[in-house]
Amino acid sequence: MHSTEVDTLPQKKRKTSLAIDFKKFWNWRSIILLIVNLAVAGIVLFPLIYAISMSLKAPSEVYQQDASFFPEAPVFSNYIDVFKTAPIATYIKNSLIVAVAITFSQIITSIFAAFSFHFLKFKGSSVIFAVILATMMIPGESVIVSQYIMVSGWGWVDSLRVLIIPFMTSALGIFLFRQALHSFPAEIYESARMDGCSNIRFIITILIPLLRPTIGALAVQSFLGAWNMFMWPLLVTNADEYRTVQIGVSMLNSVDSQSMVLMLAGVVICMVPSLLIFIFGQKNMIKGLTAGSVKG
Amino acid sequence: MEASKKPKKFQGNKISQRPLTEKIEPLLYLSPALLLLGIFLFWPFFQTIIRSLHITDNLGRNALFVGLENYIELFKSSSFHNSLIVTIFFVFIVVIVGVLLGFFTALLCQRTFPGIRLFSAAYALPIAIATSGIALVFQVMLNQSIGIVNQILGTDINWLADPTYALLSIGILTGWLNSGLNFLYFSAGLSSIDESLYESASIDGANWWNKIRHITIPSLKPITFFVVVTNIINAFQGFAQIRILTGGGPGESTNVIVYDIYRNAFMNYRYGYASAESIVLFVIVVILTIIIFKVNKGGRINA
Repeated sequence: MHSTEVDTLPQKKRKTSLAIDFKKFWNWRSIILLIVNLAVAGIVLFPLIYAISMSLKAPSEVYQQDASFFPEAPVFSNYIDVFKTAPIATYIKNSLIVAVAITFSQIITSIFAAFSFHFLKFKGSSVIFAVILATMMIPGESVIVSQYIMVSGWGWVDSLRVLIIPFMTSALGIFLFRQALHSFPAEIYESARMDGCSNIRFIITILIPLLRPTIGALAVQSFLGAWNMFMWPLLVTNADEYRTVQIGVSMLNSVDSQSMVLMLAGVVICMVPSLLIFIFGQKNMIKGLTAGSVKG
Repeated sequence: MEASKKPKKFQGNKISQRPLTEKIEPLLYLSPALLLLGIFLFWPFFQTIIRSLHITDNLGRNALFVGLENYIELFKSSSFHNSLIVTIFFVFIVVIVGVLLGFFTALLCQRTFPGIRLFSAAYALPIAIATSGIALVFQVMLNQSIGIVNQILGTDINWLADPTYALLSIGILTGWLNSGLNFLYFSAGLSSIDESLYESASIDGANWWNKIRHITIPSLKPITFFVVVTNIINAFQGFAQIRILTGGGPGESTNVIVYDIYRNAFMNYRYGYASAESIVLFVIVVILTIIIFKVNKGGRINA
């Protein structure tokens, strides 16, 4: 109720202090905050900094007793050699196909479903919607045994479709889109229909442009989820040909120094796509996550 | 084709045609989502319940109906008791590390300072990191002879092979992974605290710690509860880090429920037993989810 007022108040203050009083901005408090944050961010990001630093070391440097934290001379060849040790390019290609396909189809099937719920009134829609929401409670791990037995019975093991098709829709997506359509006036839809606009055309030309922020939020989550998927691809793929990055890289897992630096180079390479998505979609994602947190 | 097109022009026909298409159309647009959820979620879920009441062959086919025997065996099994205890410890570590880290970093970004957006991005970053990727990094960090952790602490511990430290190490890793999301939730919670509360507290001479204790923490109660429960649910589902780093060991010291399901199903081929275990996991998560929903309705977590 009064939350909007509360939200804007401190922000307004921040803006004026930024624009007018630059000197006040650089006061002791903000300098101390900056220093503390530098230290804490260093600790939080430490595993990543460490991985990058190690991946640039020569294998011989790893076991040196007095080795420094950063490599003496960065060895970029690890990033080339890892492609020779394992078919990383195939893994990346597979993961990209899987993640992009899952993201697109989740957006489309969810928009269709949300459209149906919001514009096409029909009997039992609220029950169906409740059932779809309830699926968010089922932890994937608790049905994974039966899912595996089912798809292996179909002979789907070792294919890309087994990595894509089961994840082509998203209950969270349906919820988010329906939420986004909540205040969409029904008159616009009705008048568009009167003018002879088909439902498909209405979705493509009017709804999709309108839903872009939500599409962005879902896209970031879907892509990250698909890219970082582990247990399912571990079960349903055995051939290198269909392996995804997370499984492929974890198979480089080894303790000798030669392969350790290569493994970390592989890990860093596989983080790049998800980090890029995170950096460019960060704002969208925050909206999606906080909306998702409210759920019902 | 033509025959069906022509009558549309007449009003009388239009009315009689409409109800039929209008009945089918909503389902047409719903069908992709419903079919996918039905085939890949509801059906396997139903199968899991049925399978949990059977002894299965090596292909997972139900061979013999045994009623609740799988469940009885499960609750008598010392290995399952161990899994429950390990999972509870694991969840505890994950929640402590993840929630404290998320809360502390959000607190650091409550007020603006030069570079706040960069630091916010840094604290949220673990969201984007794959569990398997960071598990491999931790494996090197925790390595007994060359790992940085022993170097910094001046210890000589084989973190992942020692029953005392293995679960702790994996819990810290998982807490770190969750901290990014927790940071976002706490930041949203902090931004909705009324600024004037702090101002009037300052006028009354309250110091930094007093403000945190009497304004910040009470205001964040609803969101903290939500964060804790989602973190618990999340932790119950941990798998990749355990599979990569310890394989449930040493001994059974990191054999959490999900990993035990994986072992029973895909190493021992006891699909019926693993299904019963899956249903127990499901029930635990559902209970926790219902708690969130119940509290969510009463609270106001509209971050």
